[in-house]
Amino acid sequence: MAHHASRRWLEVIPNPIARASRARPLGRMLVVRVLGTLGILLVLSIIVFSMLHLAPGDIVKNLLGNRPSSPDAVAAIRAQYHLDQPLYMQYLIWLGNTLTGDFGQSIRLQDSVANVIGARLGITASLSGLAFLLAVIVAIPLGVQSAVRSGSWIDRFATGFGIVGLSAPTFAVGLLLLYGFAFYVPIFPVYGSGDGGLDTLWHLVLPAITLALGLGAIILKLTRTAMLRELESDYVTFGRARGLPDRQVHLIALRNAAIPIVTGASLVLTFLVGGTVLAETTFALPGLGTLLQGSVLFKDIAVVQALTLLVAVTIATIALLADLAYIFLDPRIRAKEGAQ
Amino acid sequence: MSTTEAIALAKLPRSRRRHPLAVWASLILLGVVTLLVIFGNLIAPDATAQSILDSLLPPGSPGHLLGTDELGRDVLALTIAGAASALVGPVCVALGSMLLGILLGTVSGYLRGPIDFIIGRWTDLLFSLPLLLAAIVVAGVFGAGYWMTVLLLILLFSPSDIRIVRAGVMEQAARPFVEAAQMLSLSKTRIMFTQVLPNVSSLIITNAMLNVAFALVAFSSLSFLGVGVAPGTADWGRQLTDGRAIMIDNPAAVLVPALLIIGVASAANLVGDWLGQTLTRTGRS
Repeated sequence: MAHHASRRWLEVIPNPIARASRARPLGRMLVVRVLGTLGILLVLSIIVFSMLHLAPGDIVKNLLGNRPSSPDAVAAIRAQYHLDQPLYMQYLIWLGNTLTGDFGQSIRLQDSVANVIGARLGITASLSGLAFLLAVIVAIPLGVQSAVRSGSWIDRFATGFGIVGLSAPTFAVGLLLLYGFAFYVPIFPVYGSGDGGLDTLWHLVLPAITLALGLGAIILKLTRTAMLRELESDYVTFGRARGLPDRQVHLIALRNAAIPIVTGASLVLTFLVGGTVLAETTFALPGLGTLLQGSVLFKDIAVVQALTLLVAVTIATIALLADLAYIFLDPRIRAKEGAQ
Repeated sequence: MSTTEAIALAKLPRSRRRHPLAVWASLILLGVVTLLVIFGNLIAPDATAQSILDSLLPPGSPGHLLGTDELGRDVLALTIAGAASALVGPVCVALGSMLLGILLGTVSGYLRGPIDFIIGRWTDLLFSLPLLLAAIVVAGVFGAGYWMTVLLLILLFSPSDIRIVRAGVMEQAARPFVEAAQMLSLSKTRIMFTQVLPNVSSLIITNAMLNVAFALVAFSSLSFLGVGVAPGTADWGRQLTDGRAIMIDNPAAVLVPALLIIGVASAANLVGDWLGQTLTRTGRS
C-alpha cells in the first residue's frame, strides 16, 4: 500500500513476531546495536567537523566573523584551531574539545557556544515537552478508537486529521493559528516567550498546538496501524470467543500495540527536530530552533556544528533507548531469554 | 515491511479504500495548480514588479484583488507566479529520488551480497539524520541555490525509495517467474529491469506521488527559513516569511499561500494514498 506514512514510519514499525525470533542472542544484539550507533555518530562527527573546511570562503575569515583581521587575531585563531596541524590531528583535537564540552566561540553572539546553547535549551525543551504531551493525550485515544471502530465517522475524522497533520508544514499551520488566535481573535500573544513562569507557558500554548498537530498525526498513525494489527491477531479472537468484554480486549491489545508505538519514538523525535525549528521561527521564540536558523544564515559554523552533533547524539540515544524499551516491554522476548 | 504485509494493512480499513469525493477534489486542485505552473508567466507576467506607491494595500483594493505586500507587489500575481517555484522543485526531487531508488534498490534487492551491504549502510546513515535539519544546515552553510537544493533533497529522500524498491524486488525475486527467466538464461540486468521491476512499479509510482507531497513541505520549509530560494523570488514559502510582518495590514499575503501549501500537500498525499490502494488492488487480484 505504501500509503503516505510509509515514507518513514511504517518501515520502522517492527513486526513483533519477526523481530522476536531474530533477537535471540540478546547480549550480542545489544552490543551490535550500540556499536552501530557509535559508528554512525563517528561518521557524523567527521562530516560535521569537515563542515568548517568545506564551507565556502576562508576558514580564518569564517572563524573571525566581522572582527578586523589583524595579523595577531589571525595568528590566535590559527593557534586556537590548530590550523597548522595535519587534518586528522585537527579532527582529533576538535573531537576532544567537543567531548569535554568545549564547542568553541559563537562569532555571531560573541559568547561560548555552550553558554549560547544553555541559555536557549529551556524554551525548546518546554515547547517540545508541551507539544509531546498534547499530542499523546489526543492521538493515542483517537488512534485506538479509530482502529476499533474502523470505518466509522471517528475513523474518517482521524484519517482526515492524519492526512492534513502529516502534510501541512508546521510553519503554515502556525501562521494560520497565529492569524486566527492572536490577530483575528486576540486570545494569545503574538510573538516572543514572555517574562517567565506562567506567562512563558501562555506564550508557548499556540506554538505547542502547532507542533502537536504534526506530532499527533504521526502518533495517531503509529497507534492506529499497531492497534489494527493487534486486533487481527488470534489472541483477540480467542479473548472475544471466551466472552471477555470489549473494553478488556482493547486494553490487552493496546498493551501489545504499545511496543511498536514506543519503538516509533525516534520518528517522532526526527519530526520534532525540524518542527521545532519551524515553530520557533514562526512564533519568534528564542530557542534552539531559531538559534540554528540564525546561525546557519550567519554561517556561525561553531554553533551549527554543536547543534547538529547535539541533535544527532540525542536522536541516536533515544533510538537506542526505544529499542531497549522494546526488549523490556515485549514479554515474548523475555520469555525466550528465560527459556535459554 | 514486505509488500504482502503492506497490502494486508491496506485492505483492513474499509473507510480508506475509497474516498472518491476527496480524491476528485484533490485531483482538481492539483490540476489547477499545474496549469498555474505552466501558464503562470502568461497570467502574471510581472509578478515581482515592485511599486512603492501601492504598498500594503488591503485585499479587495481596485486592481489588486488580494492586495499588495510591503514592496507593493500584487499578492495574487505573486501567488500565481509562486506555483512554479513551489511545485517544479518537489516534482524533480520525487523523480530524481525515484530514479535513484529504482537503480540502487533493484540492484541491492536482486544481487544482494556486498553491494547490498554497502547500499544498506549508506541508507542507514542517511536515515539517522533528520531530513530537515540536514537540509537546513547544508543548504544554509553552503548557500545552495534552488537547483542545488533539489539535488540535496534527492539525496536525502532517496533512502526510503531505495528501501521500498529493495523490499519489493526481494519479494518478487523469490517467485517462480524469476527462476523461469534465469532458466532461459536471460542476463541479470535484463531480469532485474524488464522482469522484476515492472512488478514493483505500483509501489514506485505511489511512493513518488507521496514524495511530491513531502518534498513540497521540505522545500517550502526551507524557503520559509530563508534557505534555498533567493530573496525576491516569487515563492509560497518566501511569501509567508515576508508576509508574517504585515499580517495586520494584509492578512491575505499570508493566508492564501499558507492555505495553498497545506491544500496542495494534503491533495498530493491523498492522491498518493488512493493510487497506492487502487494500483495494488488491481495489480494483485
